[in-house]
Amino acid sequence: MTPEVGEAVATAFHQEWGQIVATLIRITGDWDLAEESAQDAFALALQRWPRDGVPRKPGAWLTTTARNRAVDRMRRVAVGAAKMREVAMSSFPDEPGGEVVVSGVRDDRLRLIFTCCHPALALEAQVALTLRTLAGLTTAEIGRAFLVPEQTMSKRLVRAKSKIRNAGIPYRVPPAHLLPERTTAVLGVLYLLFNEGYAATTGADLVRQGLGAEAIRLSRVLVRLMPDEPEAAGLLALMLLHDARRATRVDDAGDLVTLEHQDRARWDGGEIAEGLALLDAALRRGSPGPYQVQAAIAACHATATVAADTDWAEIAVLYGELARLMPSPVVELNRAVAVAMAGGPAEGLVLVEALVASGKLGGYHLLPATRADLLRRLGRTDEAAAAYREALELVAGDAERRYLARRLAETTAPA
Amino acid sequence: MKYVLMICGEESDAPIPPQDDAIPECVAWAEEMRRRGVLRDVIGMRASGDATTVRVRGHEVLLTDGPFAETKDQIGGFGVIECADLDEAVDVASRHPMARFGMIEVRPVWEG
Repeated sequence: MTPEVGEAVATAFHQEWGQIVATLIRITGDWDLAEESAQDAFALALQRWPRDGVPRKPGAWLTTTARNRAVDRMRRVAVGAAKMREVAMSSFPDEPGGEVVVSGVRDDRLRLIFTCCHPALALEAQVALTLRTLAGLTTAEIGRAFLVPEQTMSKRLVRAKSKIRNAGIPYRVPPAHLLPERTTAVLGVLYLLFNEGYAATTGADLVRQGLGAEAIRLSRVLVRLMPDEPEAAGLLALMLLHDARRATRVDDAGDLVTLEHQDRARWDGGEIAEGLALLDAALRRGSPGPYQVQAAIAACHATATVAADTDWAEIAVLYGELARLMPSPVVELNRAVAVAMAGGPAEGLVLVEALVASGKLGGYHLLPATRADLLRRLGRTDEAAAAYREALELVAGDAERRYLARRLAETTAPA
Repeated sequence: MKYVLMICGEESDAPIPPQDDAIPECVAWAEEMRRRGVLRDVIGMRASGDATTVRVRGHEVLLTDGPFAETKDQIGGFGVIECADLDEAVDVASRHPMARFGMIEVRPVWEG
């Protein structure tokens, strides 16, 4: 096989897998059959395309092939003749008479997204189903990404699919009165996926890093399918603005590089420009939500050419807005950091001490770590050292542990 | 699809009446759901203190005083509904008054 054909199959896989599975689920009502038939279609593409050439419309070729395989498989297990005829007769765009179902096909992927992220499924099942059926990751890959054995992941997927079938979870885009909360659930799953990928920093975590790319890909699909949902665009903008900094977050030794010290010349300008444009268009709709506000905060960082130019006053205001939309002690902590940057460490420390007093973030290492940082900047080194030690006791990640240890050593070193 | 609603709550906080028509809100719910054509049946039960649990081991019939599981929340009633899908069943369950004080388990019925 020539590299071009291999690449064409890989591209088609990324672009079409979710669509093909989604359409086959709609016409057969069988999730396993849909996945197996889609797999068959790609296997056949690998045989045929090198010989016959890449079809003009790879997606249509694959969908038709998958449908035919589904009919074959149903024939083998002797499914009712009526259902089989129905599947065989279903047509797609790019086929004669296919125009009538165009809108149905376009909505299939949206149906699949909403069904995978149905709140009657456990969150971990929602995530796994999304990666398997929409993104086409194998069970083994998903297991590796979430550090569970393949068998465990396989059971999780089987259980989720049987619940969809047995409990009657509908395969549809929710009606208007359910749409806002169900959209929030979908965005939550995609954001979780992105964060799983973003948190992975070392080379050994390559599979997990791939989750970030999948999250961005799926969010792009969602933004295309829900152009009137500003929070979907806000989420994609947020992901892009963070992803733009990915390469600079860790140094060659695998140590965490804070925003302040990152090499801004190496930030991905293309991703930043796309993120900013998406965010602008979303904000113009005048219906801000948590993702748009978080993207706006990320945009403040992304547009500062040097760290000193960062508009911390604006960021502090945005965190205040975020705390209003989505009250959380973690947001309060971030607001305290922004206030400290804008108005000085003493001002931020007041907010941090209030959080400590509230006891709301007990056990969260970033609370003492932030307090330590502010105390250090105020020259209160003994208190700072004690707070760094407290943070070190709570931290889990290696890179962050090394960062805190370094800070502690600097604070306690004789001047 | 048919679903069973298991209506649960703390017995001390919300005593389950001997009959479902003792609580006006439950009655109103049942009437509304009958009107919607989804409610097939509904029953309320006496408190779990009146329950007897039966087991057969070998040839022996073993009886225990009380419910099969001594939990804070107990099932106080059952409803049987027929709905298009889980979303509709969840909507029906969420309108039951006990959803606000206790909880309702929605379980699909085995239909072969």
